[in-house]
Order: sequence, then C-alpha cells, then structure tokens
Amino acid sequence: MRFSIYRYNPEKDQKPYMQEYDIDVKKYNCHMVLDALMAIKNFMDETLTFRRSCREGVCGSDGMNMNGKNGLACTTHLSTLKEPIVLRPLPGLPVVRDLIVDMSQFYEQYDKVKPYLQNDKPAPAKERLQSPEERAKLDGLYECILCACCSTACPSFWWNPDKYIGPAGLLQAYRFIVDSRDTATETRLADLADPFSVFRCRGIMNCTDVCPKGLNPAKAISEIKLEMLEHTV
Amino acid sequence: MVKSVLGSNQGFKEWLIQRLSAILMTIYVIGLVIFLMLHPHTAYYEWHGLFGHFWMKLATALVFLALVYHAWIGMWTIFTDYIKIVWLNWLLQGMVVVGLIACFLETLQILWSV
Repeated sequence: MRFSIYRYNPEKDQKPYMQEYDIDVKKYNCHMVLDALMAIKNFMDETLTFRRSCREGVCGSDGMNMNGKNGLACTTHLSTLKEPIVLRPLPGLPVVRDLIVDMSQFYEQYDKVKPYLQNDKPAPAKERLQSPEERAKLDGLYECILCACCSTACPSFWWNPDKYIGPAGLLQAYRFIVDSRDTATETRLADLADPFSVFRCRGIMNCTDVCPKGLNPAKAISEIKLEMLEHTV
Repeated sequence: MVKSVLGSNQGFKEWLIQRLSAILMTIYVIGLVIFLMLHPHTAYYEWHGLFGHFWMKLATALVFLALVYHAWIGMWTIFTDYIKIVWLNWLLQGMVVVGLIACFLETLQILWSV
C-alpha cells in the first residue's frame, strides 16, 4: 500500500516535502492508519515522527489529516482510504515536526471557556445531585477527547485562531452552560457574546463532519446562541 | 455583579439584528410578491399608486435600513476574516460604509420623489 506523508524537520529542512512509502500491510498486520505508521517507523524509517498513545480512539493524540479529511489514525481503517494515502498534520496549526503540530493555540481557546464546574453554593455533604433528565443533557458533550480534529477543520478557526474559540472549545463551553450543577451560566454566556468567540461560527459544519467521536459541535454552538437569546428575552 | 449577554460586546446584538433584519426583508418581499400576484399587469400607474402611500414609503425605507445594516455586519465579518492588513481593512470598511450610506440616501430620495 502506498503512502505519501508530510515531512518537515525544522532543524534540517528548508521547507516541508511529501515522502512516499510502500508498505506491505498484510506482512505487518496493519488494519488502521496508525498500524501502518507504526510499521513505517519501526521497519522503514525511524525518523518519521507522530503522536500516539492509547491506539483506540480515547486519548486523541493521533489526530491528523488523512486524504484531506481530519480524523484519528488509530480509528481510521485503511480500507476506507484510497491510495496513495496522503497523510498531513492537522491544518492551521504550526508544525513542530512531520505530523506533530503545536496545539498551544487550541489549548488557549479551550482554557478561555473555563472548562470546569463553577458553583457558588456551599458544597453538600456528599455530592451535587442531578436528575436523569439533567444528566442526559450532557450526553454528546462530555465525550470530547480534545483531539482538535474539529477546530482544525474549521475555516473560521483558520482565519481567527486567536479570537474564535473553535468548535472543540465551544462544545466544552456548552457542556458547562447546560450543566444543572453549574451556577456561572450568565457569566459564561456573557463572556462569549463578543463578535468573535462564538459568532464566527458560520455553520460550515466541517466540525460535525470530521468528529471521530460522532459528536455535533455545530449543534452545541447553535444551542449556545439560543441560550443567549433565552437569557436576554 | 453578574455579567449580562447584552451588556457585553456587540457580537450577540449584531447576530440578533442580522436575523431580525432578515425576517423584516422576507416579510416585505412576500408582501410585494402578493401585490404582484394580485395585480398581474402592473404598470407605471400601479407602481406610482403603491409607492405614493406614506406607509409604503416608510416600510420601504425601514426595509432598506435593515438591508444596509445587514449588509454592513456581513461585510465587516468578511473583512475581519480575510483582510489581515490593518490599513487595507480600514480602507475597505470605510468604502463600504460610504457606499451603503450613499445607497440608503439615494433610496430615500427616490422614495420621496414619488
């Protein structure tokens, strides 16, 4: 199977280039894209650099662009991709080396939404209870693994990565806005009401299209806008 | 003090204005289409009669105001997305503002000359 992989080592290379690899996927028992990357690194070219950890779609380390679409290398089956399989780093973020990007900007946006429970009431003896219905509102939100596939597929995030929170951060923002135990809803909504943080979402829907966990950040973003409307009227 | 959505920056207000202005324009266009369906052979006399009413002038002026504001928010968004050179951004914004104001004033002049 033929791969064309983005290579760039800032210490050696003047500019990035694509390198071709032919690999016998049966011989190395490769099923997923990550298996093939591991085989290339272990048996063909140890200089190839990429992130990976859990290899089962939980840690979100190996987000990359495969044949033009963002996804996790560990959960993308080789049979779903046409040859040559073109692997590039996540778009829009600075490349550290080969398939590794600098995620600082992504995490800064995540940090802005204060992704933790805020409650100004005295802590109960045991725990803050939720009804099953209140808990159900968090489904489809809490599962985000912060792989950055959605935010780096979003043109609005490409144009304003310093001002637009991006789909991943906004999914997390909504996760706490809708949480019945959180008492900072008003402040959270007010913090997002500027022209850039949430309103740069143009409904392009790339985020929902690429999310490897099947989540719907675009819906969460529109829910944030509706929450703002409800809190105003 | 708890912050409020309307008390902070302009983003939410502009988003709301874009939607409300779109609703206003849609209602106006539907009204015009109904008028055209009811008067299939509309000529100068009918048009003159329609726009001769004060309320029609006012409604049209309001719809054009909504259109101008709607367009301004859209253009400002496009410029801040794509034009990263500050002076060029300001120049283009200025040109659009002048253009939109000129269009609106021209609309008023045409409406009240009927």
